[in-house]
Amino acid sequence: MEKNWPLWEIFVRSKNGLEHRHFGSLHAADAEMALENARDVYTRRSEGVSIWVVESKDITASNPENNGELFEPAHDKVYRHPTFYTLPDEIKHM
Amino acid sequence: MSEAQLKNLEEIFEQRIANDEKIEPKDWMPEKYRKTHIRQISQHAHSEIVGMLPEGNWITRAPSLRRKVALLAKVQDEAGHGLYLYSACETLGISREELYEQLHSGKAKYSSIFNYPTVSWADMGAVGWLVDGAAIINQVPLCNTSYGPYARAMIRVCKEESFHQRQGFEIMMKLCNGAPEQKEMAQDALNRWWWPSLMMLGPTDAESVHTEQSMKWKLKRKTNDELRQQFIDQTVPQADILGLTIPDPDLKWNEETGHYDFGEIDWDEFWQVVKGHGPCNKERMNARVGAWEEGTWVRDAAMSYAEKKKVRKISKAV
Amino acid sequence: MKTNLYNYILELADNCLIAGQRLGELCGHGPNLETDIACTNISLDLFGQTRGYFQYAAELKGEDKTEDDIAFLRIEREYKNVLLVEQPNRDFAYTIARQYLFDVYHLLLLEKLQFSQDMTLSAIAKKSIKEVSYHVRFTGDWVKRLGDGTEISHEKMQNAIDGLWTYTNELFEVTEDAKIMAEEGIGVDVSVLKDVYYEKVTALLQEATLTVPASKYFQKGGKSGIHTEHMGYILADMQYMQRAYPNMKW
Repeated sequence: MEKNWPLWEIFVRSKNGLEHRHFGSLHAADAEMALENARDVYTRRSEGVSIWVVESKDITASNPENNGELFEPAHDKVYRHPTFYTLPDEIKHM
Repeated sequence: MSEAQLKNLEEIFEQRIANDEKIEPKDWMPEKYRKTHIRQISQHAHSEIVGMLPEGNWITRAPSLRRKVALLAKVQDEAGHGLYLYSACETLGISREELYEQLHSGKAKYSSIFNYPTVSWADMGAVGWLVDGAAIINQVPLCNTSYGPYARAMIRVCKEESFHQRQGFEIMMKLCNGAPEQKEMAQDALNRWWWPSLMMLGPTDAESVHTEQSMKWKLKRKTNDELRQQFIDQTVPQADILGLTIPDPDLKWNEETGHYDFGEIDWDEFWQVVKGHGPCNKERMNARVGAWEEGTWVRDAAMSYAEKKKVRKISKAV
Repeated sequence: MKTNLYNYILELADNCLIAGQRLGELCGHGPNLETDIACTNISLDLFGQTRGYFQYAAELKGEDKTEDDIAFLRIEREYKNVLLVEQPNRDFAYTIARQYLFDVYHLLLLEKLQFSQDMTLSAIAKKSIKEVSYHVRFTGDWVKRLGDGTEISHEKMQNAIDGLWTYTNELFEVTEDAKIMAEEGIGVDVSVLKDVYYEKVTALLQEATLTVPASKYFQKGGKSGIHTEHMGYILADMQYMQRAYPNMKW
């Protein structure tokens, strides 16, 4: 048989209160094994309290060639940021 | 794509790197950038996993339980580092199996130092102290290299590797403060590993073919000769602390340059090892190929089981 | 010195030591990186447990003894590990089968040992339970993968189970020291674990489409220091440095 273990992407929550973060990838035959391998590979130094695994082929990614139309239109929408609005100096926090 | 368009893309690409922007897997990149990165990252990954063998050689014989667990953990880290690096390499569109194939067929290289035998316990000290020491000098600047996945893998590697060199030095310290036989063992290890460690930092700048391009892509921040000088300058005082003598009669402090002068490196030996004729090249390759081939039925079984399980799940749902 | 307790600790610890040593041999030679890393983790857990036991034993022994004196400086007849854990890594199926057959027993043992009247043993057991629960899961999953994988893997796994089955019964043998310790509420009467052990193992082997060996002929001797021929080589390797350079610090 000529079939290699697929690639999985590993997401780890380092501690409760934080989001899962992409830690890296590894190979595994199935999801259970991916979880076990992720535990052994990416949390050897107590780096995590929760693990997500997802097969790499199931991730849909945006294409960097479309970055212009996807992300640049947001650049000039400065009114979405608090610094766009002026306040009198007397008001220290708002 | 016309040639002019391509040239334009390349210029934009080089500019991004010059501006310290990172390149990510799906970004457009010149073919040469991809190839060079596959070569360097995989060579690095191969070095990690071949590097497990000389140290793995002493796991069953470590002289104390404390040393045994520390060595096991270190060799395991190397497997982890190989894995991080192979994963980074895979983002460039090549599979781990293909990379192994390149290693096993001799097409891909790995660090020549791992073709030397570990013949005494002191070698665990010397390898950690010198080989990891030289590796760190090489690796730290790579945490800032231009290819995102490589830089991220290197950050993880460097963070974990910080205990490796300390472990090696501690082993040497213990030997040097121990019985005369132990100190002798330590000196013998230094004698054997010193020159190969210097060679490990690569051929002299005059002989090095990739340096200029690699500098531009931040695959390299300093030349081989600069790295070697840095390694010598930092290691000589450490040898003094251990009370060991570096096996180089020409080694001496140069007040003017602020560096150590050192003797001639035997580059013939280096090229002999690189070309596959070092003391352990064949053993190392046999061990890697053997593990991979003997593992085939295991990997196949896991895939077959996973597929059966998937089918059962579906038929249950129906 | 409390000789019974000391001997009983060695019985517990030597299994971990030798099982860990066998797994340690594989580091760098596994079927792939992920599996290599996982097996090394189990080995590290077992050595960690070994050190806990030996440090306690050294304390009991006094005379400036250390964990390493106990680990490295006994003669073969003084090692009390079961024959199962010293069996070699013939192939990955053997490694997994040996470890699985030990892990199931190990977890059952620790689940009782955590209630030991001896605070140190109880503490070691409580810490180890978490580690060994993972070991059982990991090796059990692999028994299933190999048993119910391909034809080749099925055959290899069946061979391994058949080859190692003869060493399982010794796990439940009660030595004189263990008997006294169990009576004092310090040790575990392992004979009571036997039925549930074989139930668990049988269920998993069946799930893995493997045949449970019918043979009722079993080997024993490890617990009283009479080992298989493999043991001498394990010790030659493991003790080499301590024997070649006596009385030195490393």
